Amino acid sequence: MSRTAAWEDPSAELHWEDQAQPRKGFFTDTSICIGCKACEVACKEWNRNPTDGSFELLESSYDNTGALGANTWRHVAFVEQDRDRITAARESGRQLVSLGMPGVGPPESAPSAGGAAEPPDLLAALEGGEQMDLTPPDTDEFRWLMSSDVCKHCTHAGCLDVCPTGALFRTEFGTVVVQADVCNGCGTCVAGCPFGVIERRDDGTVHPKAEREGAQRVEQDIPHQGTANKCTLCYDRMVVGETPACAKTCPTTSIKYGDHEDMVETAEARVRELHDRGMTEARLYGANPDDGVGGIGSVFLLLDEPEVYGLPPDPRVATKDLPQMYAAAGLAAAGMLAGVAAAFLGSRR
Amino acid sequence: MTTSEFDSYRPEESGRAFGRRRDRRRRGGRRGRGGGADGSREMTMVEDPQFSSYYGRQVVKAPPWGHEIGAYLFLGGLAGGSALLAAGAQLTGRTRLRRSARLTAATALAGGTVALIADLGRPERFLYMLRTVKVTSPMSLGTWILSGFGAGAGVAAAAEADRVTGGRLPLGPLRRLLHAAEGPAGLGAAVLGAPLASYTGVLLSNTAIPTWYASRHHLPYVFVGSAGLASGGAAMITSPVREAGPGRVLACLGVVVDVVAMERMKASMHPMELEPLEEGAPGTMVKWAERLAIAGGVGTVLGGRWRPTAVLSGLALVTASALTRFGVLDAGLDSAKDPKHTIEPQKARLAARRAAGITGDSITTVG
Ligand code: SF4
Ligand code: SF4
Ligand code: SF4
Repeated sequence: MSRTAAWEDPSAELHWEDQAQPRKGFFTDTSICIGCKACEVACKEWNRNPTDGSFELLESSYDNTGALGANTWRHVAFVEQDRDRITAARESGRQLVSLGMPGVGPPESAPSAGGAAEPPDLLAALEGGEQMDLTPPDTDEFRWLMSSDVCKHCTHAGCLDVCPTGALFRTEFGTVVVQADVCNGCGTCVAGCPFGVIERRDDGTVHPKAEREGAQRVEQDIPHQGTANKCTLCYDRMVVGETPACAKTCPTTSIKYGDHEDMVETAEARVRELHDRGMTEARLYGANPDDGVGGIGSVFLLLDEPEVYGLPPDPRVATKDLPQMYAAAGLAAAGMLAGVAAAFLGSRR
Repeated sequence: MTTSEFDSYRPEESGRAFGRRRDRRRRGGRRGRGGGADGSREMTMVEDPQFSSYYGRQVVKAPPWGHEIGAYLFLGGLAGGSALLAAGAQLTGRTRLRRSARLTAATALAGGTVALIADLGRPERFLYMLRTVKVTSPMSLGTWILSGFGAGAGVAAAAEADRVTGGRLPLGPLRRLLHAAEGPAGLGAAVLGAPLASYTGVLLSNTAIPTWYASRHHLPYVFVGSAGLASGGAAMITSPVREAGPGRVLACLGVVVDVVAMERMKASMHPMELEPLEEGAPGTMVKWAERLAIAGGVGTVLGGRWRPTAVLSGLALVTASALTRFGVLDAGLDSAKDPKHTIEPQKARLAARRAAGITGDSITTVG
């Protein structure tokens, strides 16, 4: 049974009608990320996002970007690990298998990785079909995890649910986008996102600090100031059939872009392949439509627990519990009314 | 990572700021590239792998809400409770209580609205809040409640103000309309007053902020309790004791609800979700809020019929309510800043589900 059937179409109820498109998404395969940060640069350039911070070194391996935010819509994480941590990661991945995680389809049905350039095949072809040693060039002593993080374009997006102005909307591609001219910067979405992605743009500049010594900050320096900002999955490129800037620039195809369904299938095939190679630390993040956010649009393949990469281990969109919260608020309000009534009935003059 | 077994022999580097290192204690084994190689401390860090995080950086982001929002939470509750008191006074013919409660409601509401607008990234777009009605957004519903409440409370207070000034407001023919509308308007505001006081609990809870989300079953009760004691206290300050009786009862009920609900809320939280409510500045605020609420409640029971003690008790109650709101707001903001508050409760609930045999809803899968 393929689990892809159980995915909910996030834009189904939105009256896109004949403009509706297949859901688009990413598959970010961190096992082949080389940490070049080309995606970060491409995203900044295409979207003309201001710089963050003041070019400080953050003392976190080669990550001097820090985190996703209003001005950073792709963020490459770097984690250095020793043998103990590798062993632990391998073990925790193995445990996921023994827990009977859902969705193990028949391996034969795996498509030959649509769009995923498989280095082994390529090499084999180059060498004239000669069989090669396919073991990844890893040592057991240390490893470097690199992962390009991005907005998850959740099936049930917390940011979108709580936005009071309707600035955040679900596109015909099933992605989540902010309309900068509608957002009033209330900041509710920032609290609503379980992944800490979206942020209000309160600062930033399009010029490097070094170039504006003593210069007054001019209004145009900061587009969409005071509004919430995050990855649009390059909506502007998507509507004309282009690949998002980050995916297009990725030299290793670590960032794959396409129909969400294909992305999930590719991801499932890839994690099975890595497990077959003994890399039991590999696991998918966000490929389960039954998780707390209904699955995500940008699926990841990780090589350790999600929190190691700064991702929440069990995110849950708060709106799922909203009916109970409203019920509690209603009861509380009724109680308050009753309390005031009692206060007047119980006190004579 | 670059630790070796010889690291512990390296001399300790003294110029290193201790706090910074402690900040990054839970990093899952790494070392700053720029030196500061303190092997022994690195080793203890690895021995204590409670959970790992990405260089101690936050997982969820705190909303950009300043103290304006705390003020709004407090003033909204005060306004809602006062409108209820005003309506009761209106129905039972307590004119002095009605007047002061209506004026309190309108003033608090105006202040709260200004605070809410001031906190926006684009204040000039405040009215965009009314572009749509969205049930999934407590902020949207709340703005509608606030607007409806504002209309009612505004009319009622305008009529009061007109009476206070001896009919000197330049109203012209509108005066008769105003005084005809004040009764229904006051009752309308009262109907929306209770939801205005309680919805802010949902506004905070319907988020990914650990401490707020964890408080979702109890926060509305805490907030209506807090609103009750604040508006009761305000009535005791602004009305003669002869008419403030309902305010005193409401204040005492509010104290009980606030204290009990807060205790139950704390008891229901994971220790890591609770910590920000008990430690640091927010912890101090919440603690003092409880003390002042109880003191004010006791003062109300014992001395509520004597004006000076009534005013003192009222002040204690109003302060307690403000402290509760600021404390809860800041505790949530703090809980977003340290990843342990996000990661540990999530890992715990994931493990609990797995232990119960539920494995189908994990975000991490293998295939
Ligand atoms: S990851 Fe956050 S910002 Fe992105 S769609 Fe999901 S909730 Fe919204
Ligand atoms: S900040 Fe903008 S996008 Fe975010 S919830 Fe408020 S109005 Fe919506
Ligand atoms: S899809 Fe576009 S907006 Fe999103 S991270 Fe990639 S380049 Fe940036």
